[in-house]
Amino acid sequence: MGERSERASRSRLTAAFPRDRAALITYLMAGYPDRAMSLESLHAAARAGSDVIELGVPYGDPLADGPVIAEAAAIAREQGGGFGLAESISLAAEFIAGTRGADGEEPPPIVLMTYLNPLMRFGLQRAAEAMREAGVAGIIVPDMPPEAARPWLAVSGDIDTVFLAAPTSTDERMAVVAGASAGFVYCVSTTGTTGERDTLATGISALVERVRAHTSLPVAVGFGVSTPEQVAEVARVADGVIVGSAIVKRQGDPAAVEEMVRSLAAAAGRT
Amino acid sequence: MSADPLLPSAELAYSAPDAAGFYGPYGGTFVPETVVPALAELAAAYEEAQADASFAGELAYLLRDYVGRPSPLYRADRLAEAVGLGAVWLKREDLNHTGAHKINNTIGQCLLARRMGKRRVIAETGAGQHGVATATTAALMGLECAVFMGTEDIRRQALNVYKMRLLGAEVVPVPDGAGTLADAVTAALRHWVERVEDTFYVIGSVVGPHPYPAMVRDFQAIIGTETIAQLAEKEIAHVDAVVACVGGGSNAIGMFYPFLHDVSADRRPALIGAEAAGLGLETDKHGAALTKGQPGVMHGFYSYLLQDDAGNPLEAYSISAGLDYPGVGPEHSYLKDSGLVRYEGVTDAEAIEAFALLTRTEGIIPAIESSHALALLPRLAAELGPEGVVVVNVSGRGDKDMDIVREAGLGG
Repeated sequence: MGERSERASRSRLTAAFPRDRAALITYLMAGYPDRAMSLESLHAAARAGSDVIELGVPYGDPLADGPVIAEAAAIAREQGGGFGLAESISLAAEFIAGTRGADGEEPPPIVLMTYLNPLMRFGLQRAAEAMREAGVAGIIVPDMPPEAARPWLAVSGDIDTVFLAAPTSTDERMAVVAGASAGFVYCVSTTGTTGERDTLATGISALVERVRAHTSLPVAVGFGVSTPEQVAEVARVADGVIVGSAIVKRQGDPAAVEEMVRSLAAAAGRT
Repeated sequence: MSADPLLPSAELAYSAPDAAGFYGPYGGTFVPETVVPALAELAAAYEEAQADASFAGELAYLLRDYVGRPSPLYRADRLAEAVGLGAVWLKREDLNHTGAHKINNTIGQCLLARRMGKRRVIAETGAGQHGVATATTAALMGLECAVFMGTEDIRRQALNVYKMRLLGAEVVPVPDGAGTLADAVTAALRHWVERVEDTFYVIGSVVGPHPYPAMVRDFQAIIGTETIAQLAEKEIAHVDAVVACVGGGSNAIGMFYPFLHDVSADRRPALIGAEAAGLGLETDKHGAALTKGQPGVMHGFYSYLLQDDAGNPLEAYSISAGLDYPGVGPEHSYLKDSGLVRYEGVTDAEAIEAFALLTRTEGIIPAIESSHALALLPRLAAELGPEGVVVVNVSGRGDKDMDIVREAGLGG
């Protein structure tokens, strides 16, 4: 327990969750619609008040993602020479270096969202080293449940690995997921894939409480959260709100990303 | 021991998977958390069903009186003569109800779905055989059924699409990617993540997360178990080789597993899997994951996989929609590495030739998938000589492939 809280206190991700309001976590697709535009969108999302940025790695078989993110990934991958994990880490490195210079303020920490096979293909050890060198704070691997994570956790060192809890998770599994997570716990609001939905799933508050019973880490809710109204609703019950598809579909226009993130940040209680 | 047939042996060296669903390093459970509890529930329900004599009884009854098992083991003399082997035995899975081995598995899984109280089943399909088998079984058991099928496969296998609709199933077109089997699996998995609480996913091959590869294997193992018993009945004491085609690999595992499990190594025939070499293994148009792939994770399991340098699955290609898959069941990867089974590539052209040969010598029209296994016979004749004895699993019949072979120029 002592080691856990000591580690949590050192976590850049945990530290990025404000005490007085919910954190806004924005998801952007690396390399979409091209590298330069995605870098601009990263800066726009940071400027507009993202507390954490989740950077998606384009992948060809994104099992947990809905159509918006899947199509963005397909377009990002079509760039000359391809765009995958290596290119995404290098993009993150450039963003982090660029932001530090700009205003002396620490940029929002970056969490990579990648499927497992690109990570394995790149090499777990090599990926961990590249991420550390780039300044990436954490990683989310949606098709790597805690039971399958041992090889990665053996080499990931101080990179936080965020695991996902789902509405279908039993209390026993909640304990496993929460116990394995570092930085925060990603709570999936609903069964199904990522993407916008007209209404929020019911029972989010109870779901968050079920996760909280097993951890002192912040609990962030994602999947199907897209509007300021939905962000405000989730922000009342969770420590963080994750918005993806609604931002990704604006990535062709960084100014629109900035405007969107600003309204979401306001809804999350950031003034 | 007398010149006994291939009797089950006391020495049962082969046992896989382990409790976590790993075959050596392959297999496992690599899926979103949302479906992890459902997989655990499925594994528990399957284990419970296995211990229940009434489950086995109902399965045996349906396989006998509904599917028409046991399927014959037929000695194809004119074929043997044409290829220059001593004897060729055909395991006639093509004679099953719905025309392929797929129904062995759908009966088992749908019984399990019913036992678990699920009223709705989904399936993926490539050639349409598994889709038809699932739709058929759903009709039999009064279950709601949706089948995910790539748009390219819908074009290639129009007849099976029509059959599924007749049987009352919804066919959900999948336009993603190449519109083939891999895309259909992804779409079905995504849908399952959404509807996991009321839906049972009937996977059609020995792929996917644990416990699917082991469960599908067990339901298909009746192929090999019957074959061993039929060889004994016919007093065939020696077989040189047993061959089957491998896409995901369910008919092959169903045939091979009892030989691995119940036949001692010194009496065991060579076990050979035929992978789709498409336009040639030297091209990028094939489906030969075991021969040309590298280990990776797709569709929830770790196995040999056709993939690019960034770890994206590649599009597979084969004239046969059923073998057109960039991955392969994890147990096959283990069997390849351990040397217990050998895998060879068969091109589209070789498969077409074998299709024509069986049709003309025996009056049996095989599925284009099964034709890949038949295409190994000339190679085995060269290897074994005129005394060679080979068993071929004819996993399905070729009615669905008329347009494809006509396009390939057969029959004038």
